[in-house]
Amino acid sequence: MEEAEGMQKIEAVIQPSKLDAVKDALVEAGISGITIFEARGHGRQKGHTEFYRGREYAVDLLPKVKLELVVTDEMKDRAIEAIISAARTGRIGDGKIFVSRIDEAIRIRNDERGEIAL
Amino acid sequence: MRWAGGIGRRRAGLAIGLLAVLLMGGAVAVAQTAAAPAANSADRIAVLERAATQNAAAIASAQSAGDNAWMLTSAALVLLMSGPGLALFYGGLVRKKNVLATMMQTFAMMAVITVLWAVVGYSLAFGQGNAFLGGLHNVFLRGVGLAPGPYAATIPAQTFMVYQLMFAIITPALIAGAFAERMKFSSMLVFMVLWELAVYSPMAHMVWGVGGFLNATGGVVPSLDFAGGTVVHVTSGVSALVTALYLGKRLGYPQKAMPPHSVVLSFIGACLLWVGWFGFNAGSALGASGLATSAFVATHFGAAAAAIGWAGAEWIRNGKPSALGGISGAVAGLVAITPAAGFVTPMSALWIGLMAGVFCFWMVVMVKNVFGYDDSLDAFGVHGAGGTLGAILTGLFARSVINPVFGAGKATGFFEGNRMQVVHQLAGVAIAWGLAIVGTLIILFIVDKLMGLRVSEDAEREGLDLSQHGEEGYDWEAA
Repeated sequence: MEEAEGMQKIEAVIQPSKLDAVKDALVEAGISGITIFEARGHGRQKGHTEFYRGREYAVDLLPKVKLELVVTDEMKDRAIEAIISAARTGRIGDGKIFVSRIDEAIRIRNDERGEIAL
Repeated sequence: MRWAGGIGRRRAGLAIGLLAVLLMGGAVAVAQTAAAPAANSADRIAVLERAATQNAAAIASAQSAGDNAWMLTSAALVLLMSGPGLALFYGGLVRKKNVLATMMQTFAMMAVITVLWAVVGYSLAFGQGNAFLGGLHNVFLRGVGLAPGPYAATIPAQTFMVYQLMFAIITPALIAGAFAERMKFSSMLVFMVLWELAVYSPMAHMVWGVGGFLNATGGVVPSLDFAGGTVVHVTSGVSALVTALYLGKRLGYPQKAMPPHSVVLSFIGACLLWVGWFGFNAGSALGASGLATSAFVATHFGAAAAAIGWAGAEWIRNGKPSALGGISGAVAGLVAITPAAGFVTPMSALWIGLMAGVFCFWMVVMVKNVFGYDDSLDAFGVHGAGGTLGAILTGLFARSVINPVFGAGKATGFFEGNRMQVVHQLAGVAIAWGLAIVGTLIILFIVDKLMGLRVSEDAEREGLDLSQHGEEGYDWEAA
């Protein structure tokens, strides 16, 4: 009934200042693979205004960090828990987490496939 | 030794006699030397005259050494203002995709204007001519050698020429601030060559050249412009406005935000400009004199007060003083003090700087937005407006105690009692404006018809670094 290999991709957009805390929390939770992107974006958070030669400019694309990690079904909740507890401040701008199914995972070095590749 | 009697007495007498002969001989010998000059005053005078001539030559040589050392240093400082001062200042203010093209505009002047100056530019500016233009007597620098020329008695003519060259380089480079990010490189080169010949050399001749119409000593309308308020800043600033209007606004201006890609670069450039300006202003004393000191101090004070003025105005208006505002203020002060540097007291320099900082802030932040012209890097707002203000203030604040340019004790500026001087200053400013507007319009028209002035829309979007020069300023991809 279940798929033989269940793998989940977790994408999280967080505040850049929370990156170290989140990385540490994930390592503590036993998760080792992670990819980090520097990104810009916003949800409902307002940006700030800058002045240049007397003109006011709205700067609404804010610096963010995006994490991507692929984990087994069993690890998924633990990973999400780690991210939330480390990244939450309670204010607008904390970020979002998205989860999607992964069809295949392959280790390039030795062609291992499936959960072993994670 | 015991006085011996008898034989000892004879021996002693012999010794005394010998001693006496020796002494007398010596005395005679000395008398020979002393006696000869004493016997011939004319010879003595001749010796003294020769020594006096040699001393005079040595003194002149020492004076020259001091003056020439300062002037060569000043020339180097002024070139530093162009490269990398202005290149960095302007380069940091444009978007990343245009940084090299902007710096290249200044660099091209360092190369091209040098050749033009040597061939004909210097002659048209400083050669013997009429009241409005020098002649062709000094083309290819004929007659411009190591002996002093008509402009400075203690330095080689070539020092003067190369010092003035650095001014001729930076002046057209300033105009580039107005047409940044949208002018074709090839057209810019042609434009600049024509502009130097038609606007800069004539203006330099009128203000500084022998027999110039606006020359402070002997001109029909004596105008006080110590280091180039009208010659450099008004001409380039007003020409900048003309080119900005003729070429039109950048794509997306003013809706799209186009902030500087690196205020850090601009900061470094501005500081180099400040230091280099000591060569620009204090070097205009043409020697290592007290006047150079005066100009040096006035320059520095003007910059400092203006930085405070602009930053203060910005702090009040926007709630925060920006780094860009601070450095822009300093540049505005340096521009305004340029015509005044060798004529005003240090305290006057503070006032001039303060006024310039606030005035140029107003020009750039309020007037520009009201009229909506795209003077991309504020060449008009800072140089055109600042130079105009500085020239007028020079007419107010100039004092003969600093520089008796009209004669010892003769009133120089308005506050000293010479009420006409402000009128003369306005005349000089008006001529600069007129020459800049008419000359620039004609040149723009010609170059536009010949080869077009503006890059294509695609090239402008792609960025001038790639479209004009096939390069990228920063290659920061990993590996």
